[in-house]
Amino acid sequence: MRHTLGALVENHFGVLARVAGLFSRRGFNIESLTVGPTDDASMSRMTIVVDGDERMRDQMVSQMGKLIDVLEVQALDPQATVSREIALVKVRATPERRSEVMQIADVFRGQVVDVGKESLMVEITGDDRKINALLEVLAEYGIIEIARTGVVTLTRGPAALTVPNTDPAQVPPA
Amino acid sequence: MEQREESFRAADAIRAQGERFEGTGAEMVVEGLLREGADSVFGHPGGAILPVYDALHGAPIHHYLMRHEQGAAHAADGFARASGRVGVCIATSGPGATNLVTGLANAHMDSVGIVALTGQVGLALLGSDAFQEADTVGMTMPVVKHSYLVRQTGDIPRVLHEAFHIAGTGRRGPVLVDLPKNLTAGRGEALWPHGQPHVRGYRSEPPRPTDSELERAVEAIAEAKRPLLMVGGGASKAGAQDEVLALAGALGCPVISTLMGLGTVPTTHPGYLGMMGMHGTPIANVATTQTDLLIGIGVRFDDRVTGALARFAPQARVLHIEIDRAEVGKNIPAHIALVGDVRQVLRRLLPMLQGQDVRHPWLPEIDTEMRPDAESPFGYPRERFTDGRISGPQTVEALSAATRGKAIVVTDVGQHQMWAAQHYAFERPGQFITSGGLGTMGFGLPAAIGAQVGRPKETVLLLTGDGSFQMTLQELATVRSYDLPIKIVIFNNANLGMVRQWQEMFHGERYSYSALWNPDFCKLAEAYGIPALRATQSDEVDGLLRRAVDTPGPVLVDVRQVADENCWPIVPAGKALDEMIVRPSGRA
Repeated sequence: MRHTLGALVENHFGVLARVAGLFSRRGFNIESLTVGPTDDASMSRMTIVVDGDERMRDQMVSQMGKLIDVLEVQALDPQATVSREIALVKVRATPERRSEVMQIADVFRGQVVDVGKESLMVEITGDDRKINALLEVLAEYGIIEIARTGVVTLTRGPAALTVPNTDPAQVPPA
Repeated sequence: MEQREESFRAADAIRAQGERFEGTGAEMVVEGLLREGADSVFGHPGGAILPVYDALHGAPIHHYLMRHEQGAAHAADGFARASGRVGVCIATSGPGATNLVTGLANAHMDSVGIVALTGQVGLALLGSDAFQEADTVGMTMPVVKHSYLVRQTGDIPRVLHEAFHIAGTGRRGPVLVDLPKNLTAGRGEALWPHGQPHVRGYRSEPPRPTDSELERAVEAIAEAKRPLLMVGGGASKAGAQDEVLALAGALGCPVISTLMGLGTVPTTHPGYLGMMGMHGTPIANVATTQTDLLIGIGVRFDDRVTGALARFAPQARVLHIEIDRAEVGKNIPAHIALVGDVRQVLRRLLPMLQGQDVRHPWLPEIDTEMRPDAESPFGYPRERFTDGRISGPQTVEALSAATRGKAIVVTDVGQHQMWAAQHYAFERPGQFITSGGLGTMGFGLPAAIGAQVGRPKETVLLLTGDGSFQMTLQELATVRSYDLPIKIVIFNNANLGMVRQWQEMFHGERYSYSALWNPDFCKLAEAYGIPALRATQSDEVDGLLRRAVDTPGPVLVDVRQVADENCWPIVPAGKALDEMIVRPSGRA
């Protein structure tokens, strides 16, 4: 089963290596991992899509939570989230077939961002089902190369990942 | 939200009221060690760490010069386990740091709080494959609780303060601080941090189970007919001996221990059935298959403890009391988990049991020949040779008697380690110092050095094998140069005994590279200025070991063992705990 983890992490060197190393040495299978800045310059946000059963998902969350550079991590409920990914797809398209490809891109609300003599580049945003569907159609024309960003995910509504207060000066002792 | 941020700021302001400190980075390191109370450290100098050694010169810190950096890491580990404080080891960059890796991994696996300070090439050279450069932070990431590569001299006080805090709180573990040479040599200024540091991604206070979780645990205990306490290393680390014994008393049920838990329940405790696991007692292992409520206290259900996971505790619900949430459900699903400091959790649980019908005394049903009796209190087969040869268990029992069960027992890894675990009469937590998780041959001698430094007044016994001993024996020089009164006992069977045993049992008696040519260990000890004794006959073991224990200063005893003696019982790897081989018929 596929799970999506959202995490806030310290924005300094080595954090990505710590997270990636943890997943690989514990045999957790990463489908995609994205990391980018947030509105707080001291933190980055990671979205990790992983494959495994529920027990593995819980293990991933609690193992990742032990990393001191990980400030907060949660398994996100797929029913209550929005996930998006961008793909750039370079397709073989001679002038005769160009308009066909452009129509297809249009159906998927993709944008043509580069046109060459024998190729077209399509930019598409969506969840991975949408992107995979486009790729399937474009495969018939001949895909030259693909670059995908990996998935970013946010929870719907006002709920958000926040850094729990761990300040010993404020947390009452157990 | 705003209110919270305001209180964050207030807390920061309180912390910022530290004193100003000006000096070199190396002076900050030494000042930091002093402020953290690290008066004894273990290390080996070298190029990139030279500024720190310069600052150590004349500082009021006992620095123990080890003969190898691996020894420094194990010594810090042994020091931490024996004293309950954070151990410190120091090494230079490159090979110094790579030599620490085994020691860090060992401390990580056994949850021991140590701080490792490593030199690093100057920041300007970082990443250029400079002389003695290695990516220390990168290569140690999987085996540390946390690590730092310091980027500014002024950060050193804060980083050290955080490192000691992280290493010594929660589930303990090693923290590495990599110190580029230009920062330790250069000058800087900093406000010295005060009070408990705030590392925002680290919760030093363990979680607290909710009242309803505790109530569910009470219900499960009340419903159980055959509860069983399984005590692990987390119980002694939490200082929970009184609480564990109180729980055992309230339930009246049997108690078993993991290797790491030995000592928390005294061997003489009436409900104690001994150690469980691969080389556990028959009755402890059988108890796990018959219990209907397994209460795991500070345990992580390691494969050497559970045997075949699918057939572990098949009739039991599991109540898991553990500080690390990630251990819950990792190997064994927990029906009820109480995540928190083991001692605090038990202190809340115990009063809730009062007035409840929770007393459930029972004893596992077990074949007569495996049943404990006066001759064999844990039902181990008695390994005694009638022809004057010396057996391993006999040697441990003689040591136990010679020290009246009161020594700090440090071991290496192999048969002698398991015999020590089985046959020494432990009576208090922290008394048994062994490489449990990583199984590091060579751990023993340097760990014994650390233990003796941490507990200068106690008798430290090192039980080692001829194989393990030769992995770090250069530390005999350290023993001698600081005159540490460690009693070194080599179980010398001229073999890698446990490897040999596995080859006999599981590899068709093909003894592939397990026989050892050995030096004369007594002459070797004498070369280091350490008096040595040798035992070759079983009737001289008691007297000789008593003499060794009573000799002031360090002593080495070469105890000549039988080459092909095996360690019984054994649960073959991948088998369930009740599939143990107590002793194959037809041989001793």
